[in-house]
Amino acid sequence: MVLQSLKNCLWLSCILRTPKACFWSTASGGLILQSVSNDVYQNLAVEDWIHDHMDLEKQQVLFLWRNSPAVVIGRHQNPWQECNLRLLRQKNIKLARRRSGGGTVYHDLGNINMTFFTTRKKYERMENLKLVVKALKALRPQLDVHVTDRYDILLDRQYKISGTAAKLGRTSAYHHCTLLCNVDKFVLSSVLKSPFKGLKSNATPSVPASVKNLFEEDPSLTSEMLLDAIAKEYATQHQIDHHITVINPADETLLPGISDKTKELQTWEWVYGKTPKFSISTCLNIAYKDSVLDVKVNMDVKHGRIEVCNIDLPEQWLPPGLYSELVKSLTGSKFCPNETTTLVTTLLRVCPQDDELHSRWSLLCENMIMLM
Amino acid sequence: VCIHRVRSCSSIRFIKSKYVCVFDKSALKFSHQQRLFRTSAVSCGQIVQFKLSDIGEGITEVTVKEWYIKEGDSVSQFDSICEVQSDKASVTITSRYDGIIRKLHYSIDDIAFVGKPLVDIEIDASKGVASEEDVVETPPMSHEEHTHQEIKGHKTLATPAVRRLAMENNIKLSEVVGTGKDNRILKEDILNYLAKQTGAILPPSPKAEIFPPLRKTETVPAAPKDKARKIPVPVSRPIVFSGKDKTEPVTGFQKAMVKTMSAALKIPHFGYCDEIDLTHLVQLREELKPLAELRGVKLSFMPFFMKAASLGLLQYPILNASLDENCQNVTYKASHNIGVAMDTEQGLIVPNVKNVQVCSVFDIAVELNRLQSLGSAGQLGTSDLTGGTFTLSNIGTIGGTYTKPVILPPEVAIGALGKIQVLPRFNGKGDVFKAQIMNVSWSADHRVIDGATMARFSNLWKSYLENPASMLLDLK
Repeated sequence: MVLQSLKNCLWLSCILRTPKACFWSTASGGLILQSVSNDVYQNLAVEDWIHDHMDLEKQQVLFLWRNSPAVVIGRHQNPWQECNLRLLRQKNIKLARRRSGGGTVYHDLGNINMTFFTTRKKYERMENLKLVVKALKALRPQLDVHVTDRYDILLDRQYKISGTAAKLGRTSAYHHCTLLCNVDKFVLSSVLKSPFKGLKSNATPSVPASVKNLFEEDPSLTSEMLLDAIAKEYATQHQIDHHITVINPADETLLPGISDKTKELQTWEWVYGKTPKFSISTCLNIAYKDSVLDVKVNMDVKHGRIEVCNIDLPEQWLPPGLYSELVKSLTGSKFCPNETTTLVTTLLRVCPQDDELHSRWSLLCENMIMLM
Repeated sequence: VCIHRVRSCSSIRFIKSKYVCVFDKSALKFSHQQRLFRTSAVSCGQIVQFKLSDIGEGITEVTVKEWYIKEGDSVSQFDSICEVQSDKASVTITSRYDGIIRKLHYSIDDIAFVGKPLVDIEIDASKGVASEEDVVETPPMSHEEHTHQEIKGHKTLATPAVRRLAMENNIKLSEVVGTGKDNRILKEDILNYLAKQTGAILPPSPKAEIFPPLRKTETVPAAPKDKARKIPVPVSRPIVFSGKDKTEPVTGFQKAMVKTMSAALKIPHFGYCDEIDLTHLVQLREELKPLAELRGVKLSFMPFFMKAASLGLLQYPILNASLDENCQNVTYKASHNIGVAMDTEQGLIVPNVKNVQVCSVFDIAVELNRLQSLGSAGQLGTSDLTGGTFTLSNIGTIGGTYTKPVILPPEVAIGALGKIQVLPRFNGKGDVFKAQIMNVSWSADHRVIDGATMARFSNLWKSYLENPASMLLDLK
């Protein structure tokens, strides 16, 4: 048993690292990999790694993966626009930005992800999706599933069960898609609803759709069955063994450089900083003593940092020196609740020690932070 | 900037020119009067229009989403130029040439068309241009593009980077043995060739007719001494360090820290340090840790330090005060909101535990746990970070013994705790025993606090910690 797994390990290592033809692989036109990890960053890093390092000329690759609760936005999207960030933080749901285009999706273990790696020339999304539909029909012939020309897969002609995105590089390309098996639809709809109003941006917007789980259609279906069916169909079409090789995204010896890729995907600069320029124009309703103040706020955010900041406060509500200090400090700062909290509380140390002033300052700042 | 139409050249000969031409930007303006003749002195770079190649799936237009370069930047072949998006697909466009970016044809969010120019790149004339072919039609065998070169009828395969290395070292490619596929010359082959050159002082590069684009200079290893041959003359080439300084603006939280620390340094600090024997406290904590764990709380030393400090502040309330800006009034704060310095990714943040004077050691531990988990998640609220009246910094968890802490305005005192070390000490009988020793360094505002007050407070705090049972007498 040990010898077998060792041989497997060596074989896999060989396939992954040797860019030229490997004498270990026998006339194999494809490779099916499945991740042991449920960490969205690790799995996205594996996609990057395969895209950057593997020679897809001789063999194409299918990568299967599932994630613990996470929201994944497209390369050019705006997280503030796409999801409820406060809810995500409360529920400890991760936020990731992938390198492919397209819209925002919610992942949990009831959703499976499939990535089809090919050379740039052989990039063909329709074919991949037809493969998935074929696999589903082979498993459950009565399922009414078909591919639309927007590269979605619909169940019963109305419910979206799969969304697609793709990444093209110089020599290789990948197309990945989701498949809803048994996802928590309640969490999905609540996190994918942004409470933000007054946001103007050219970021790619998501197109909301009604969704349904395959499990709802046929309770006998599980994620494992679906994964297996897709792997089987892929194996048939590529004339290879129906054999799924497991891969550990934390294995640096197998995938050299993977931990750096994983780390990069988690940085603030990548997740938030890559948001295309956007502007906010909103009104804060601050309840102070017996009245409600309407405070207009206008901000321009570029690379996730506040470029321009205008707060319309009633005159003398804050001493002018303090107000300009606040605006000056916010300019250039990250549009991030944590950064802003530490910034404003630190600034408070050098303000005159006046309880009234402090409570006004805290109130204003807390409302500003709610926007982020 | 003028644009030259480039015809495909399948053979380029090195031209030895008698004329040294100085290259500068103004030359470009006049270059339109010169035609590109193969026999004349070619001095300025050619501007090549790099067109957006076929994306596939019949797509004719894409949206430009991000530029990775700007006008004036130098690029190498295969560097990323921009990111474009088309119908859920994000595409990275890479450069086909080495050169300098002279013009970007689109701005962010513009629609770009397949087959139309994307950027203008100025390339070196001597290198020539690979024939314009659609990237997609490149035969699948070659992962890198190669320009063929005919020198004395001998075809040599090498990438532009290798070619440049050879040129910089005055090596004729025809004399190098290629070990790559199809006898391709690799970088290693050039370096091996150089290493084999024994005793020969490499001639300096000729006065440049050709100015390659600015890039990091490659270090070429000096020829090693070879005992078997002539008297070796080591060639020492200056080792070029290609690291660059990086300047970033001070923004956000850092800016606030600059302000706070500048204000803090205006306070006249004085320091007072001492050594605390924590042997008894260590033992006590060992006994209490499992009890706290049963209640789901992690018990460290901090709750004890903080409670002892609060008891001390009851006796010496001046240490829990605040001096106004004009130094006219001192406000004695009723609440002991003891701040705990926390080291996070952003830097130093100081959340505080409110009203330690009415909290038990266990209460403090619970609150500390809450603040620590919020701190590491980056979710501390404004109320957690404001209202502090006294601060303790446990720098000892990272290391150190004695330090000189800086008072955080508007407070008047701060204590920094070093690491706990096992050291030999004498007991009352004169015997040596193993003691758990920790150093404390206090700083206080000398405008309102004098040395004697600080010393007495420290002694009281020390006595509570050295004999924890005595805390029981005074606990409120």
